[in-house]
Amino acid sequence: MGYPHPIHPKETPVLSTHFGDAAARSYAGWVERGGYQALRKALAMTPTDVTEEVKASGLRGRGGAGFPCGLKWSFMPKNSGKPHYLVCNADESEPGTFKDREIMRWTPHALIEGCAIAAYAIGAERCYIYIRGEFTEPLRIMTIAIEEAYANGILGANVLGSGGTIDMIIHRGAGAYICGEETALMNSIEGKRGNPRIKPPFPAQAGVFGMPTTVNNVETLAAVPHIVARGAAWYKGLCLGSDKSTGTKLFSVCGQIQRPGNYEVTMGTPMRDLVVDMAGGARPGRTLKAVIPGGSSVPIMTVAEMEDCVCDYEGVMAKGSMLGSGGMIVMDDSADMVYQIWRLARFYAHESCAQCTQCREGTAWTTKILERILRGQGEHKDLQLLMDLSENMTGKTICVLSDSCAAPIVSGIQKFPEEFEAYISKRREPALSPA
Amino acid sequence: MNATSGAVPHGHETAPYEPVFVGPALSKLEALFAQYPTKQACLLPALWMVQEARGWVSEPAMAEVADVLGLTPAFVKGVVTFYTMYHLHPVGRHFIQVCTTSPCGLCGAEDVRDAILEATGCEELGRTSPDGRFTVIEVECLGACGFATPILIDDDFIESVTADRVPALLEGYE
Repeated sequence: MGYPHPIHPKETPVLSTHFGDAAARSYAGWVERGGYQALRKALAMTPTDVTEEVKASGLRGRGGAGFPCGLKWSFMPKNSGKPHYLVCNADESEPGTFKDREIMRWTPHALIEGCAIAAYAIGAERCYIYIRGEFTEPLRIMTIAIEEAYANGILGANVLGSGGTIDMIIHRGAGAYICGEETALMNSIEGKRGNPRIKPPFPAQAGVFGMPTTVNNVETLAAVPHIVARGAAWYKGLCLGSDKSTGTKLFSVCGQIQRPGNYEVTMGTPMRDLVVDMAGGARPGRTLKAVIPGGSSVPIMTVAEMEDCVCDYEGVMAKGSMLGSGGMIVMDDSADMVYQIWRLARFYAHESCAQCTQCREGTAWTTKILERILRGQGEHKDLQLLMDLSENMTGKTICVLSDSCAAPIVSGIQKFPEEFEAYISKRREPALSPA
Repeated sequence: MNATSGAVPHGHETAPYEPVFVGPALSKLEALFAQYPTKQACLLPALWMVQEARGWVSEPAMAEVADVLGLTPAFVKGVVTFYTMYHLHPVGRHFIQVCTTSPCGLCGAEDVRDAILEATGCEELGRTSPDGRFTVIEVECLGACGFATPILIDDDFIESVTADRVPALLEGYE
């Protein structure tokens, strides 16, 4: 199928096979398409064997950090005597990223199946799915799917006759980007402000409600049933480059591009294939200028850097950026880099939880300085000031929101200095009216 | 960014407060207690229930939620004000959120925002239209960047909105 575009020949659909196929949404439709066979298989294995299989597959966290999934599960204590929790992070809010939304929208039972297998593997009887408040459609679809799963013995006491219990609860967010950070998310579930927590303790030691917890992203969990059903070796074989980046990944390609959408490719696919062949490249009469490859929180890449970049964790890092969430924001020659960077800084300033001084002050002041430049009131020393502030915003706070604000600022000034200079030297008309 | 009240009258401060959590609403909340190990964890769901019932979250409502969940009103207010989706003031009958974050901004979201402000008569962000019909705000990344520009009208998530589609889109919302 494919949605909103038919599957491109260079795609390898695994998670996205049923995107656009509304009949796959129901329990009956999902079972017809082979659904819940992987859960049956997992329940016949030991939890340790399930974890080992996922570890062997090389699956890494798809939320942005890329932490090995099976390894994360193995950090959960054995026989702790405490309740364990699985938390599914469906707070997708990273600008440029819209893949988890499509998984929940088209294949809600794939996520439920992945959550159930993960809960079994880590010894959790309860799973919270934290869905951002603005995702009204995924919330409706997931709610119905969970009701169906209970009605068909997939969830509740005695999961598929195994005697085990798995309860699944949707927790609706209420508008806060920072709740996508796992410790902020756990605070939000607990009924608190979404302030990130200092680590350690890590979630596996003391997570939500102080209990051992694993937090996984939607796309990570949705890949789990495929790994259990078809084996770690199959999944690991789905990669073209580094054996540290395995399987398929959904890339959300958006911005100034002909065919924005999600494209699922094997790790190691050239970035050019995604941006130009699949997403269609620049719009008529335009040329590409830049790509932010991993959601807005990573360094900007020039189109020249994109040309020979390979899309896996190592390949994007080799170009000085990060794979992140796989949300690719594409800009063409009509994009005003200074304006776009200001708009991103404003986003981070709005979303800072304001706990850490470097972030609270840094995101606000970098936004104001960028605004001043756009008003035609900037000075040459402002660029150095932005670099100094960014330095103080990097690696010094509880979470990485502050670092994320600095990444596009620093890379933007380094790679597109002439656009800043044009405003400062008044060769370019102010984009914003004077304050 | 929370909406400020415009044409909606301010009589609510003096009217006696009618509790939300009585009868079926209280039973619904109590049923949620079983889903979490603490009552406090029901705070976000309880606030959603208040907003569904009343359209916004007033200070007396915060005090009621605090009472029902065994929290202090100050703590509840701290949480309410942290999250952007709880309204601290009454809003129009229909609440419109337009995504203008970078990926959508690159695709013309600011034109969509301006068209919505004009078509609704709201004039500026956060203000309610004189007829009380609409309140419009900018929202940060709605997570549908491939379908620029997405907007939310109440709970209706609408994709790929362009400025010229705006007047027709608003027709169904009286």
